[in-house]
Amino acid sequence: MNRIDELFLRKQKSVLSVYFTAGYPELTDTALIISGLEQAGADLIEIGFPFSDPVADGPVIQASSHQALINGMNLDILFDQLRKIKETSRIPKIMMGYFNTVYQFKVDRFINHCVECGIDGVIIPDLPPELYEKDYRLLFESAGIHFICLVAPQTSPDRAKYVASLSRGFIYLLTSSSTTGNNYSPGINLPHPLIPSPALRSARGRGVMPALIGFGIHDQETFEMACRHANGAIIGTGFIRHLSANLSRQGEEQLSKYSRQQQINTLCENFVNQIRG
Amino acid sequence: MNKSRFTPDADGYYGEFGGAYIPEMLVPNITELRDNYLRIIESEEFRNEFHELLRDYSGRPTPLYFAKRLSEKYHTNVYLKREDLNHTGAHKINNTIGQVLLAEKLGKKRIIAETGAGQHGVATATVCALKGLECVVYMGALDVDRQAPNVIKMKMLGATVVPVESGNKTLKDATNEAMRDWINHPDDTYYIIGSVVGPHPYPDLVSRLQSVISDEISVQLNARIGRAYPDYVMACVGGGSNAAGGFYAFLDNPAVKLIGAEAAGLGVNTSKTAATLALGQTGILHGSKSKLIQDQYGQVIEPYSISAGLDYPGVGPLHSYLQAIGRCTYIPVTDQEALDAAMELTRLEGIIPALESAHALALLPKLNWNPGEEMVIILSGRGDKDMDTYSKYFDHESH
Repeated sequence: MNRIDELFLRKQKSVLSVYFTAGYPELTDTALIISGLEQAGADLIEIGFPFSDPVADGPVIQASSHQALINGMNLDILFDQLRKIKETSRIPKIMMGYFNTVYQFKVDRFINHCVECGIDGVIIPDLPPELYEKDYRLLFESAGIHFICLVAPQTSPDRAKYVASLSRGFIYLLTSSSTTGNNYSPGINLPHPLIPSPALRSARGRGVMPALIGFGIHDQETFEMACRHANGAIIGTGFIRHLSANLSRQGEEQLSKYSRQQQINTLCENFVNQIRG
Repeated sequence: MNKSRFTPDADGYYGEFGGAYIPEMLVPNITELRDNYLRIIESEEFRNEFHELLRDYSGRPTPLYFAKRLSEKYHTNVYLKREDLNHTGAHKINNTIGQVLLAEKLGKKRIIAETGAGQHGVATATVCALKGLECVVYMGALDVDRQAPNVIKMKMLGATVVPVESGNKTLKDATNEAMRDWINHPDDTYYIIGSVVGPHPYPDLVSRLQSVISDEISVQLNARIGRAYPDYVMACVGGGSNAAGGFYAFLDNPAVKLIGAEAAGLGVNTSKTAATLALGQTGILHGSKSKLIQDQYGQVIEPYSISAGLDYPGVGPLHSYLQAIGRCTYIPVTDQEALDAAMELTRLEGIIPALESAHALALLPKLNWNPGEEMVIILSGRGDKDMDTYSKYFDHESH
C-alpha cells in the first residue's frame, strides 16, 4: 500500500507535512533534512525540486530554489540522493516541483525514478488536472504514485469535486489564493482565511479523501487552526526560514557529516516541537 | 479580425504548442477570460470602441510607406508598415487598447502588466490613464536602470512601477512577478500580457488584437498595387506579437512568404543569444508549451540580445507551430546586423527604427527574392528609446 494511504489510515488528525527545497542550504543536505524531519516526528515530507521560474512561490522559496540550482541540484542528483536512503527512510515522501523540469526529464522516466527511489506522491502545481487526466493519469496510477491536486478558495464547487475525484492520497487545500509564504507575518487575521469555503467543504464531502491545508501555515497557532478544518497542514516557507536562520553554510564551519546531521536533527526537532506545541 | 484556420483549438493548442499550464489559483481568472474573450471582442460594441480608439487616439491606420531609396538599393519594392507612428511609439498599444476595453467589460478595476524595454509598460500605463484604472507594471530591476525614460513616462502616467529583484532581473522575471501578483489578487485584477505568450487564451487574444496590422496592409496594398497581399511579410520576433499581427491576415495565403527575425545576440553559436526558434526545445514557461531556451533539466537559460524587447527565452506558441508546419521561416539576426540595418534605414529614409524592428530590416540582405517582388517589413517601433545604445555603437564605430 502507498505510504500516504497508510499514514491517513493510521492518523486522521494533526498530520504535519513539511516542505523543503532539495539541495538547500547545501547540495548534500537533502538526506540529512529528511532524516532529521523523520526523527523529529513529521508525518509527511514534501521534497521540492527547484525550477528557475517558480511562479507559484513567494520570495522565501524562490530564494531557496535559486540557491539550490546554484548548488548544482538537478533531478539526476536528487534521485541518486533519494535512492541511497530508500531502505532506511520510512516516512512517506512527496516530490513537488514545476512541470517543465518533469517534462524535460520525461514524465514516464520521472515516474519510474519515483518508484525506484521510494517516492509516494507528486505535486505539480502548474500541471492542471485536465491535462493530467488526459495525458498522464494512467502513468501515475499504474505506477502507484499518487498525484495530489490543489483546491483554491475560488475553485467552484463543481470543479472542486472534479479535482478531488482525480487527486490521490489527499487534497491540498489552499487557505487563500496566494503564492507560498504570503501570509507569513505574525498577527494576521487568522480565523478568516482558514475557514473552508463551500467549495472546500464540498470537495471533502466525499468522505473518503483526506485533506491537508497549505499556504500561510507557519506556527502552532496557524497549525492548530488548520487542523480544526482538515486532517492536518503543510508548512513550507516557515521551515525554509527556520533553516536559513539557524543552519550555517557548510563552508563556514566545515562540519563533519555526522555533526551536520546532529545540527540538522536538533533544528528539525525544535521546529516540529514549536509547531506541535 | 479575420477568422483563420490558424486559431487554436478549444484547449488553446496550435498543434502541440500552447495550452494553459497554470496553477489552480489562476484557473478562475483564466476560465473567465477564456469563456468571454471571443464573445466580447467580436461584439459590435467592442469593435466600434476598439476601432474608434485605434483611429482617434493612436492614429490608425498607420501608413504603409514605400521606401524608395531602400527599394533601389535592394532592387525590389520595400514597404514599411509604420507601427512606429502609433501613439506611444510602437505596435504595443493596439493590444493594450483592446485588452483594457476587455478588462472594463469584465468589471476589473486594477490592471497589471510586465515589461522589458518598457514599451508595453508605457502602452499599458497610457490606456490605464485614459480609463482611470489603477496600473501596476512589473519590470526587471536591471531594465529599470537601463530604460529610465520609459520608467519616468510610466510614473508620469500614474502607474506604479515595481522593480523585480528575483532571478536575473529582466523580462522573464518581470513576467513571473506579474503572474504572482495575479495569483495574489484573484478578484479585481486583470493582467494585460504584452505579447502572444502566456496561457490560453492570451496568445489568441493578442494575435487577434494585433491582426489590425495585417488587415490594414491588405487594404493599403490593394489600393496601391491592386493586389491585397505582398510576396513577403517580415517582422521581428521576441514573444512575437507584431509578427503575429503582421502575418495574421496572410496565414491562409500560401503565396505570401512570412519571415520572422529572431535576436541572435552575438550569434546562435554563442551563449549570448535569444534565438529561441533556432535553439530552443519544447518546454513549458509562463503558462504555455512552446519552444524555450533551456538546459537538459528544463531550467530556463537567460537569453541575451542588444534589444531589450527581444530578450526573452521563449516565444509565442503560434510561432513554434508556424515553424513546425513550415508556414513561416525564422532567421537569426545578430546585434551587429541589426545595428547596421538601423543605420542603413536612418541614412536612406530618415527613419530611426527601434532596435527590435532593426532585426526585421536586417533580413533584407539575407533573402533571395525575385526582382520586382513586393516586400512588407513591419516597422514595429521607433528608435527614441534606443538612443543610448545607438550612441555607444556610433562612438565605437568612429574610433
